[in-house]
Amino acid sequence: MRDGSAIVVLNFQVNGRKRRLKTYVWRTLLEILREDLHLTGTKHGCETGECGACTVILNGKNVYSCLVLAPQLAGTKITTIEGMPAKHPLIEAFVGSAAIQCGYCTPGMIMAAKSYLDETDAGKQTKAREIKHALSGNLCRCASYSKIASAVQAACRRKQKNR
Amino acid sequence: MNFMSKKSFRYINSSAPKIDALAKARGNAKYTDDLEFDRMLYGKLLRSTLAHGRIKKIDVSKARALRGVRAILTGTDLPIRYGILPVSQDELALALGKVRYIGEPVAAVAATSEETAFEALKLIRVEYEPIDPVLSIKDALKSVQSVHDEGNLHKAVSLEFGQTQSTGADYSREDLFYYEGNTHLALEEHSAVALWQKGRLTLHSSSQTPFLLRKILAKALEIPETSVRVKVAAVGGGFGGKLDPFAHEICAAKIAMITGRPVKFTLTREEVFYCHRGRHPAVMWIKTDWKKDGRLLDMHFKAALDGGAYGSFGVVCVYYQGALQPVTYKIPHYRFESARYFTNKPPCGPKRGHGTPQPRFALEVHLDKVAEELGQDPVALRLKNLMTPDSVTVNQLKVTSCGLNACIEKVAEVSGFRRKHGRLPPGKGVGFALGSYLCGAAVPIYWNDEPHTTVRITAGRKSGLTVYCGATDIGQGCDMVVASVVAEILGISIHRLRLVMADTDTTPPDLGSYSSRVTLMAGNAAKDAAEKFKSQVLAIAGKKETSFERTLQSALRKKNRIESSGSYKPPAKLGRFKGSGVGPSPAYSFSACVAEVTCDVETGEVGVSKITFAHDIGRAINRLAVEGQIEGGIAMALGEAFFEEQVYDERGLHRKPSILDYKIPTMEDMPELEIFLVETGDPAGPFGAKEVGQGPLLPVIPAIANAIYDAVGVRIDETPFTPEKILLALERKAMARAPRVGPDKFPDIVFPEPFAVRPVSAVQASC
Repeated sequence: MRDGSAIVVLNFQVNGRKRRLKTYVWRTLLEILREDLHLTGTKHGCETGECGACTVILNGKNVYSCLVLAPQLAGTKITTIEGMPAKHPLIEAFVGSAAIQCGYCTPGMIMAAKSYLDETDAGKQTKAREIKHALSGNLCRCASYSKIASAVQAACRRKQKNR
Repeated sequence: MNFMSKKSFRYINSSAPKIDALAKARGNAKYTDDLEFDRMLYGKLLRSTLAHGRIKKIDVSKARALRGVRAILTGTDLPIRYGILPVSQDELALALGKVRYIGEPVAAVAATSEETAFEALKLIRVEYEPIDPVLSIKDALKSVQSVHDEGNLHKAVSLEFGQTQSTGADYSREDLFYYEGNTHLALEEHSAVALWQKGRLTLHSSSQTPFLLRKILAKALEIPETSVRVKVAAVGGGFGGKLDPFAHEICAAKIAMITGRPVKFTLTREEVFYCHRGRHPAVMWIKTDWKKDGRLLDMHFKAALDGGAYGSFGVVCVYYQGALQPVTYKIPHYRFESARYFTNKPPCGPKRGHGTPQPRFALEVHLDKVAEELGQDPVALRLKNLMTPDSVTVNQLKVTSCGLNACIEKVAEVSGFRRKHGRLPPGKGVGFALGSYLCGAAVPIYWNDEPHTTVRITAGRKSGLTVYCGATDIGQGCDMVVASVVAEILGISIHRLRLVMADTDTTPPDLGSYSSRVTLMAGNAAKDAAEKFKSQVLAIAGKKETSFERTLQSALRKKNRIESSGSYKPPAKLGRFKGSGVGPSPAYSFSACVAEVTCDVETGEVGVSKITFAHDIGRAINRLAVEGQIEGGIAMALGEAFFEEQVYDERGLHRKPSILDYKIPTMEDMPELEIFLVETGDPAGPFGAKEVGQGPLLPVIPAIANAIYDAVGVRIDETPFTPEKILLALERKAMARAPRVGPDKFPDIVFPEPFAVRPVSAVQASC
């Protein structure tokens, strides 16, 4: 397993910064982010694609970083929670709506919400049902669900206002 | 005492954002697994693949030879038994001689990388001699095999309170129920990092009880308690699952001591299922006697708990099976019997509601059946027997404030329960239930005379204003409670405070985040400390300036350092009998729930369309945080009601140790929620506050069961309420058999003779 063929050299971008990394092919994006790049804002709750805690944005789409293998990263652009500005409407809405209890699902939840927000046409009326569906792949055991949904709705409204 | 008439507050009762929210939202909050240290080793545990067996031989030679492996431990390296309760010192970090469940740690490895540690695990050879596993209470009772040398019965209790009234009864009814085991599933997997520096151990751990963990680490590692520091980083949810001391914590510490290097153990999701300490599966029997006008005369309750392989909090859980029924209802004569058995499965322990969701389910469904047979409205029947404020219960618990009446009226009115019950179209139904919970155990786990919690406030010319508190924020928001109370009393911005929490070296002792004790106890200690601090500052400054901030600055010009300390100790319990330590609390929370469901008779699927909920919170320290806890409790209850089950196959292997198979509610599973806070202002609580972390889970499950009956006329007397069970019950109904799914026999347990508790004297009750 540990021969040279199992190693891949990657060029990709994380939060706008170019990264060059030599790593084993079987390592996941989650491991690369947390262990190699020390970006521990991305969490793990299962490492098998079930909980959503490790959600990041890859080329504009939300993905479970525990299911993305190193070779898939070549040339990609990744955004993690550390790449979100402090005044981002979602961050402010999550804080203001009490959408955070233990906070462990929060970074993943915010990244999934960002993907939804970015994909949603600014002029479009957002529906609670759509938000629920968009975030149903992210588990929150504290179950701040209604407050998370309100936070996302608030961020959507702000986006429309600023259109 | 009227707390509600006080002038308006800045933080108390507000919806201010929690102080840790921004750091968590930005990914800056550090959880234990986010901690990194130079030269850190990565630890892994080898776990038993056999539910019950003798360890004949462990060969670690190949693993030890693997490049990168720095340490390997087996049972002989850690031979001291420990346990969270003084009466249950039956655990070892690594099995010695015998394994008792699949997933029990047998060996620990630490290596320079996580991958190497995993590889090393594969190289360890364990030879077992299998023993027939004990996998149920039925197996345990047969006693052919013993999980422990002392036999399979862990604890049995039998208590009787009050005067028998049954001679005047017009009606009596008995029922059997089963509650399935389930687990916490906090999203953060347990993690611990140990450091050994200059002869002292520091353990960073995702623990709910740093001070108890310190005590147990000292015992298991045979070092003085003063040589151990436990520090808790941000915790990604607990729900009771991070209360016990765990093997990975002790092994991390031991390996750090041996190698002198930092050691991290982070469990996988699968391992967390084996750690468990979750809800006990329980078979329950209840019998009540009544007057035909709906007055309750007598209650007899029995429970049999399947405890798993070790003691954990089990003894306490045995008592909690019977402790809180009399807090909700006035019961003239009450008898309860409860027993816990050892089985070859991961140990059960405390999960949100600790030993009370099972009897609450049984009691509230039983009352629904009684109401129907007596021809009474289920709300009216409960109102006739309801707990009232300032009462002493039959089992000698002192109830202070009680907002049950207001909770009931609110949910009944808003949901239209009385109008809807029994009158909705087929397939639709409403169900009603109540609950109550304690606001902190009045008796500590390790008996001592010390305060249960202490808060210290310091200010210095250059060091700012710091609050030290040992309480552990596991997401429930206790940092915010402490900060809100201090900022309110001092009249300053919450952002002026620096909080130091949950660190056994720097913060004064706190018993931990369990039994819903933190808001009341740490809140009171914070209030006490802040009031003392304020008066000291005033005394030193000599006169009051235009703001507290200015007064403080003026005081600090006269004195370098100002410090105060406040603490809290609950009032003494009334009961003097054996077992009276479980149940007493400075105050009790109360809740009422109405569930509305739609049931598909073709598929057996149930959808909850709405939950109307009222909770007597005493007073909300933070309204949004309280709502969050209520919603969380309701969601966890939905999971327990419909899909969560910690179940095992015939070898004792967990059937679903992954989030894929062990389903919990997602955002799409949540019904419409309408939540009301009833604020009774309890004299024991800080600003009148009571608990909210555990109580709200309780009434939801029986309310759903009662709603299913209202919808389709079948009784599902066991959790979870799966489509299979509903279809089976409907089939029985169609065949004119009892329209019910549930147990039909209570295990053949011979309980000890009941101990008849003498009533408390009037003098005792009033003090």
